[in-house]
Amino acid sequence: MRELVSLLNVFCLLSLLAVGGGSAVLPQMEHETVTVHQWVSADDFATIYSLGQMAPGPNMTMVGLIGYKAANHAGLPPGFGIAAMIIVLLAFYLPSSFLTYAASHIWDAFHDNPWRDSIQKGMAPVTIGLMLAGVHAVGKTASYNPEHGLHFNAITIVVGLAVTGILFMKHINPAILILAGGVVGWFFLRGI
Amino acid sequence: MNTSSPTPSALFAAFFRIGVTSFGGGLVAYLRDEIVTNKSWMTEDEFLAALEIGQTLPGLNSVNVAIIAGRKLAGPFGAIAAATGLVIPGAVILCILGFLYVRFHKNPDVAAALAGIAAAAVGLLLQVTLKIGAKQFLNPIDLVFILLTFVLVGLCHVSLPVVLFLVAPFAIILRRPRKEASK
Repeated sequence: MRELVSLLNVFCLLSLLAVGGGSAVLPQMEHETVTVHQWVSADDFATIYSLGQMAPGPNMTMVGLIGYKAANHAGLPPGFGIAAMIIVLLAFYLPSSFLTYAASHIWDAFHDNPWRDSIQKGMAPVTIGLMLAGVHAVGKTASYNPEHGLHFNAITIVVGLAVTGILFMKHINPAILILAGGVVGWFFLRGI
Repeated sequence: MNTSSPTPSALFAAFFRIGVTSFGGGLVAYLRDEIVTNKSWMTEDEFLAALEIGQTLPGLNSVNVAIIAGRKLAGPFGAIAAATGLVIPGAVILCILGFLYVRFHKNPDVAAALAGIAAAAVGLLLQVTLKIGAKQFLNPIDLVFILLTFVLVGLCHVSLPVVLFLVAPFAIILRRPRKEASK
């Protein structure tokens, strides 16, 4: 039970801290779920994040799987895994949704306030810095992981940079590239 | 202004369809196509105003836009219908992927494929970050705040609320509104 309450607390807070979109809370989420509460391993976190990129809809819906793994980790019976998943999804989506719902009522009053533009311009680099920290939070496990050998890391880094490069050059659905990464991984990373 | 006001169930159906088909991110574009182009529920300007609110407030941009559009079109039940329609399909698919992951992740073939998938996902996130931040990376003041935030949160693990309350105010004050003729 205590685990479920912790999940609720952590993800409600993350919901309200997600300024500039979901990717901005990735580093904090990784820190809370892997290092502080140890609900998931660093490997689990990176994999769950990438599964979220393959599913349709908002990719941060992957947080539900962290709840599922956390219940598993706490030794709760299987039914609690689904409960934990639903609790985490509600905790992550409801607070920010309530805030948005309330704010959209009173937004017009602020529309011409010059500070609104200042907040958007000022927050932009902070959000980008947080997203970069998110790249590192997932990348330190998925791309440049000291626990893997040089050969393994060379392949994961090349796959990542190739995806970055291809997306800049061609208009292509990222989900296809993620799947292609899986094929490359299956072919080159087996047994390394 | 809206010639046709959808019912909550029509909203649910429309957002559910986006929730099923929107593989690969870029959800806001899917939302715009459906709400503005296909259904004519909102004008382009109304949609952009909703997006502006959704981006400024905490939470996912796509979910926030669904909440705002849902509320404007069909009140509180519209907001619930739009947001749940958008999220539920992905949640169900992730639930299945999660079960498969827990069951098979020790299999060496699966582990190798998952390592490749995770490596590719990092590349995707890097590309999105560079694309969204293209303007900020080239501005010296913005670059300082990007690097400061990255080092504090990413490397030193300073807690996010601390950064938002200590760093963000300076970033905002530097961009404070300036009057043409004063002080």
